[in-house]
Amino acid sequence: MSQPETLGLQLARRGVSRRSFLKFCTAMASAMALPPAMAAQMADALAKARRQSVIWLSFQECTGCTESLTRSHNPSLEGLIFDFISLDYHHTLQAASGEAAEHAREAAMAANAGKYIVVVDGSVPLKDDGVYSTIAGITNLQMLKDTVKDAAAVVSVGTCAAFGGIPKAKPNPTGAVGISEIVTDKPVINVSGCPPIPVVITGVLSHVLTFGAIPELDHLGRPLAFFGETIHDRCYRRPFYDKGLFAKAFDDEGARKGWCLFELGCKGPTTYNACATVKWNDGTSFPIESGHGCLGCSEPDFWDSGGFYKALSQGNWGTAEGIAAAAVAGAAIGTGAAVMSRKRQQSMVQEHGESEGGTLK
Amino acid sequence: MTLLEFARGPGLQWSLVILTVGMLWRLVGILALKHKSDFAEPRARGTAVVSGAVKTLFTRMVYAKPFRTQTTLPNVLSYVFHIGLAIVVFGFGPHILFIRDLTGLSWPNLPSGMIYLTGVITLGALVAVLVRRMTHPVLRLLSNFDDYFSWLVTVLPIATGLLAVAHLGARYETLLALHILSVELLFVWLPFGKLGHAFLVFVSRATTGALFARRGAAT
Repeated sequence: MSQPETLGLQLARRGVSRRSFLKFCTAMASAMALPPAMAAQMADALAKARRQSVIWLSFQECTGCTESLTRSHNPSLEGLIFDFISLDYHHTLQAASGEAAEHAREAAMAANAGKYIVVVDGSVPLKDDGVYSTIAGITNLQMLKDTVKDAAAVVSVGTCAAFGGIPKAKPNPTGAVGISEIVTDKPVINVSGCPPIPVVITGVLSHVLTFGAIPELDHLGRPLAFFGETIHDRCYRRPFYDKGLFAKAFDDEGARKGWCLFELGCKGPTTYNACATVKWNDGTSFPIESGHGCLGCSEPDFWDSGGFYKALSQGNWGTAEGIAAAAVAGAAIGTGAAVMSRKRQQSMVQEHGESEGGTLK
Repeated sequence: MTLLEFARGPGLQWSLVILTVGMLWRLVGILALKHKSDFAEPRARGTAVVSGAVKTLFTRMVYAKPFRTQTTLPNVLSYVFHIGLAIVVFGFGPHILFIRDLTGLSWPNLPSGMIYLTGVITLGALVAVLVRRMTHPVLRLLSNFDDYFSWLVTVLPIATGLLAVAHLGARYETLLALHILSVELLFVWLPFGKLGHAFLVFVSRATTGALFARRGAAT
């Protein structure tokens, strides 16, 4: 539940030093591409803020997004966010269960009406009145509508919540959709990724707490500070792309030398995310650095985008049978055209006689 | 379905189908036409005729002496953009992947930087031939829709490819989709307009060469 005392007092009481607090603010300001001076302003704003009530709803998901945040190798950074927010409802993290859990959600909604933030991970099934995913007998759709009604903003965490993700993959048996297709009257921030980068989740929440407003978003509702550039543009293997040096297999000499993985299906050129700059596991690496191409997991419908190991310049051109059929059809039309021409030539010969150069045969 | 998914999927499928139908239509339609009987005693037969056909494919690449001085600029420009197009199409790694996916054929690629430079030079040459076509008093009279549209569908893949590489004007995935769609437009138009010379030139030159060889004429 929300606490009356400010975050600054609360953190001090819990032994969080001013130094580590400022380090957090500096890291956040840097991650969000804010001017260096904004770190101090962020620290002031956060210190004076009250704990933000957050209700976290988990729908059709795999808990990977929560794992991403809680199992981060940098608890001093991402863990701090749990000091800044009052996580009033979260299936996986809360101790309460059953009716007590649902009461906690309803109590938080009543106490912070119009002020709380709803964080959602997972998509919402719409088919057959949403019966494919329920919590406490309530469909995900109904719970989302009820909870969002008095919320200040919604943060869709993970590609499933942002765009439907894997549950929406063809043939989408449950009619899964992303949150922004249902919530149209509230600000929705999409923090996509499968899973999303922990610092991006933290950064977005910090931005809302600091400025009291949502960050600048791209056309897909993602924070531009983290989703403004492609993986390809910030990839350390980019110089090899420019030189035309491509790994042909995952274990060939080119791969061992760190050449570009474009030919192995890397989707970095069309994927917007901060993996190449922020990285994972305490800044250790990101998938391309580990030798595998980018899957494009922060993009809509990444699961159905033509295959993870098919290069972007390779199309889905159909089958050889289809082209062969087209060739037969073309030859048939050509033969028909030639037959008509021959008839016309013949009639011309009969009409005007044989030409000087010889006869038509 | 996004624009890129359409371009890589149904757009590509249908453009290839139209290209195949169109090429076979034109080729069979021409080859199956009646031709005049030649009652003259042949000066050459068999392999000599075939070698005459093959030889002509290459000898006609060199412009005839009497016209060289008059047509130096267009000749040079034509060579520049034809060779440039060949380098860009067959030398760029992602293009080779596309061709490999379609035909199973593959070869080593050139450095991407060299492709970008070639693309710019090719684009410049194509713009120059358009300017010449629009300013030359005779050429302008001879030009029709086919000439200008064929020029456009040749230029668009080069222009959109360079924009995609430079990330200019739109997001990369949009530029990539437009680039692929422009290639598909080229595929669709190629068999039916003057761009058909891309494959018909071999038929016409070889036929001429074979006829000349049969008559014992130099070619």
